[in-house]
Amino acid sequence: MNHVPAALLKKTRLVVIGNGMAGMRTVEEILARAPDKYDITVFGAEPRVNYNRIMLSPLLSGEKKFDDIVINTMSWYQENNIHLLSDDPVVEIDRDRKIVISKSGSKTAYDQLLLATGSDPIMIPVPGHKLPGVVTFRDVDDVDVMLKAAQKGGPAVVIGGGLLGLEAASGLQARGMSVTVLHLANHVMERQLDPSAGYLLAQELGRRGIDVITEANTAEIIGTDSVTGVRLKNGHMIPADLVVMAVGIRPNGRLAADAGIAVERGIVVDDVMTTSDPDIFAVGECVQHRGQCYGLVAPLFEMAKSCADHLTEIETGGYAGSVTSTKLKVTGVDVFSAGDFSGGGETEEIVFRDAGRGVYKRIVLEDGRIKGAVLYGDTSDGAWYFQLMKDGQDVTDLRDTLAFGQAFAGGATANPFDAVAALPDDAEICGCNGICKGTIVSAITEKGLTSLEEVKGHTKASASCGSCSGLVENLLAATLGGDYEAAAIKPVCPCTDHDHDSVRRLIIAKTLKSMPAVMQELEWKSSDGCHICRPALNYYLLAAWPGEYVDHAASRFINERVHANIQKDGTYSVVPRMWGGLTNPRELRAIADVADKFDIPTVKVTGGQRIDLLGVKKEDLPAVWADLNAAGMVSGHAYGKSLRTVKSCVGQEWCRFGTQMSMGMAVELEQMTWGSWMPHKFKMAVSGCPRNCAEATIKDFGVVATDGGWDLHVGGNGGIHVRATELLCKVTTGDEVKEYCGAFIQLYREEARYLERTAPWIERVGLKHVQERVVDDTQNRVALFARFLESQKTAQIDPWAERASQGVDSHEFKSLSLIAAE
Amino acid sequence: MSDIVTWVNVGPLSNIPQQGARTFQTETDRIAIFRTLDDQIYALLDRCPHKDGPLAQGIVHGRFVTCPLHNMVFSLETGEAQGTDDGCAARVDVRVVNDTVHIGLNAQQTGLRHAG
Repeated sequence: MNHVPAALLKKTRLVVIGNGMAGMRTVEEILARAPDKYDITVFGAEPRVNYNRIMLSPLLSGEKKFDDIVINTMSWYQENNIHLLSDDPVVEIDRDRKIVISKSGSKTAYDQLLLATGSDPIMIPVPGHKLPGVVTFRDVDDVDVMLKAAQKGGPAVVIGGGLLGLEAASGLQARGMSVTVLHLANHVMERQLDPSAGYLLAQELGRRGIDVITEANTAEIIGTDSVTGVRLKNGHMIPADLVVMAVGIRPNGRLAADAGIAVERGIVVDDVMTTSDPDIFAVGECVQHRGQCYGLVAPLFEMAKSCADHLTEIETGGYAGSVTSTKLKVTGVDVFSAGDFSGGGETEEIVFRDAGRGVYKRIVLEDGRIKGAVLYGDTSDGAWYFQLMKDGQDVTDLRDTLAFGQAFAGGATANPFDAVAALPDDAEICGCNGICKGTIVSAITEKGLTSLEEVKGHTKASASCGSCSGLVENLLAATLGGDYEAAAIKPVCPCTDHDHDSVRRLIIAKTLKSMPAVMQELEWKSSDGCHICRPALNYYLLAAWPGEYVDHAASRFINERVHANIQKDGTYSVVPRMWGGLTNPRELRAIADVADKFDIPTVKVTGGQRIDLLGVKKEDLPAVWADLNAAGMVSGHAYGKSLRTVKSCVGQEWCRFGTQMSMGMAVELEQMTWGSWMPHKFKMAVSGCPRNCAEATIKDFGVVATDGGWDLHVGGNGGIHVRATELLCKVTTGDEVKEYCGAFIQLYREEARYLERTAPWIERVGLKHVQERVVDDTQNRVALFARFLESQKTAQIDPWAERASQGVDSHEFKSLSLIAAE
Repeated sequence: MSDIVTWVNVGPLSNIPQQGARTFQTETDRIAIFRTLDDQIYALLDRCPHKDGPLAQGIVHGRFVTCPLHNMVFSLETGEAQGTDDGCAARVDVRVVNDTVHIGLNAQQTGLRHAG
């Protein structure tokens, strides 16, 4: 059977397999160039005319109807004499006879064949993936299933937090379903967005009531007759009446491959879209061009042009591949990315953050040219950056104001003083207290204010969250001119303008609970911090949100990452905990056995009354710990910014001068405080009489027994600047010692700066400050102590046991060469 | 490393933690292979030019690593020490093919690549 009327046989017969966007755009381009050259037949798998697939999201959300997204109506096919055979997919290409065979058995001859078979959505073959209620998000039929489910409301799960998955989630949510997105990577849209923009997007989706679970590994889709839920590999269950699988697409090259045409990931084409058969062409998502497959619409259109040029014998340079940009089609969420924003090579990056407006921009430059960009919150300049990038324009002269967009590109100055000077008097400077520029300026001039502190005192501007303090300082400088010298704020590191204290305060004030949240909201100037700020932030977050914040291993110094002390030759030292400095024959035997078994070269007694095993190879650490664990010993945290040791003398237990049980008290204090992370290392000691054999008066917290009770000393240390303790107070009972100790530690944990020991901290704030909070104010002491005990609930887990027997962080202890050798 | 003789497959990208590193022992050197937050891969000899510190154990930030022994910061791209410090950590060629990491080794290094 042949569908081509005899009268038209003199024309070249072009058969198009695929009635999608790529195929029809190519046909349109051919008709525009040579309307009478071809006799065209189109095979479509779907029972409808050609529509705009990228508009499925608005179709789902209800912002568009099917008629709105139709590209070519039936009359267009008729007017152009195109034979449309929809709902009858081609099942075979016979290249020898140059015919295609459809599902219904019809045979159609071709002179030239165009493959536009598109792509298939990937269905992860987890158990249950064939249940009714599991759909992909690829065509109008999928949308129909989703809309039907949405009518009943109820819970939906979208597997895949990429572009398509988030659009599906947003559409279903708009239709009244409660949606959970499961995403395998650690932030959404990881192919298009960097972690900072991913964080902002997840925040916004959360505000809209869409739950995003990252690092979610689907184990099974549950249900008997239809879907009822999804089970994750970690055992977590999420109920669902509808599951949308949106994990990606795969180029559809089956027909071509069956016909013996070269197919790798996609159908392999050259620059004029010719396949390995010179009479067969391919365009769109089914092709692989110069090793690249595309899933976006712009490249399809460029391919269509090149293919049409070639089929109508117009000489051009051909298709050279596409630089792509993406925009998320979710109303009210502005996300844009283009090009290669991964950085690397000789690139440099410009990062702009405006926490107040939720704006993040990152522009990657190479050789003075834009190589890629990620924009969140304000994408109005996306097109401009994209154009500059495609044109390869040198932006060196624009560099200083590039982040502010095209409006600033005219050479306007970016001087911050000029910027605040240009603000109107009623411009709000301090959002917390509603203070306008005019109020601040008149306070400065009328009252003769010269410092940020004075402005805070007189106007309350920047007295709350402090995030406008930079603006206020600029106002001071603009108003006073040369008379103003900014107070020396010592930023944490070059990644930020904030000092330690404001970072700590803002983490609490703005309930910032993750590293990306802090970096975005506090306008960090680098994308992922540095070795100075990251460990500090990790500690501040841990201290602020105990039990909630997940420790970020990559932001810890190596010693705290592998729970041992690195030595000059790259080996490690291991110090097991000996409570209060006490040990026994069983522990000593285990230590001796470990030293023999692992050829540990040096065994040394430390200043903190512990035994140090030095020269342990990194890969031996878990096995060493396993043996020590077996003898009942746990990590001594000799490596951490944490509670180190509690030394003791033999006390009233043995000593003829002893007045209290110092060993018992030391053991109790150590059992209460071990595992606690601190701004710096923290050492304690308990002496059983005023002779103070345990040297408690050069410790962070020292306890010295007296006849009637205990003297509590704080703020001592050895080291370069030896500092003896100051007396905090005297108490009578053991329970009081523990309460004051816990409260003091908690105050230090909450107030000191990272890497500040108690000695410089107390010198900075004064002993009186500490006494007021820990001694004089009973209620505050009790509250501090309660917070300390609360944080200890999740801190007292032996890190050695986790690594020796539970496989935690196993990548730390095994080199790639060892894996390769297995 | 100009005289590459062999590209050695050192396993999937996913074996290396983000903002972290792992090592590969060759006949002559230990190689540190780094993965940045945005999944760029770099390799340096695992030996700080200052005092031989194991760079793979350092904190990875942006395109830099900080040596764990004395906090010298090196560019992962060029190996150059940053700031006022002098020195250069030796770069090793590395490439990622289908999510698998390959490092380029010279004849001496490949002599017995699984040693250690």
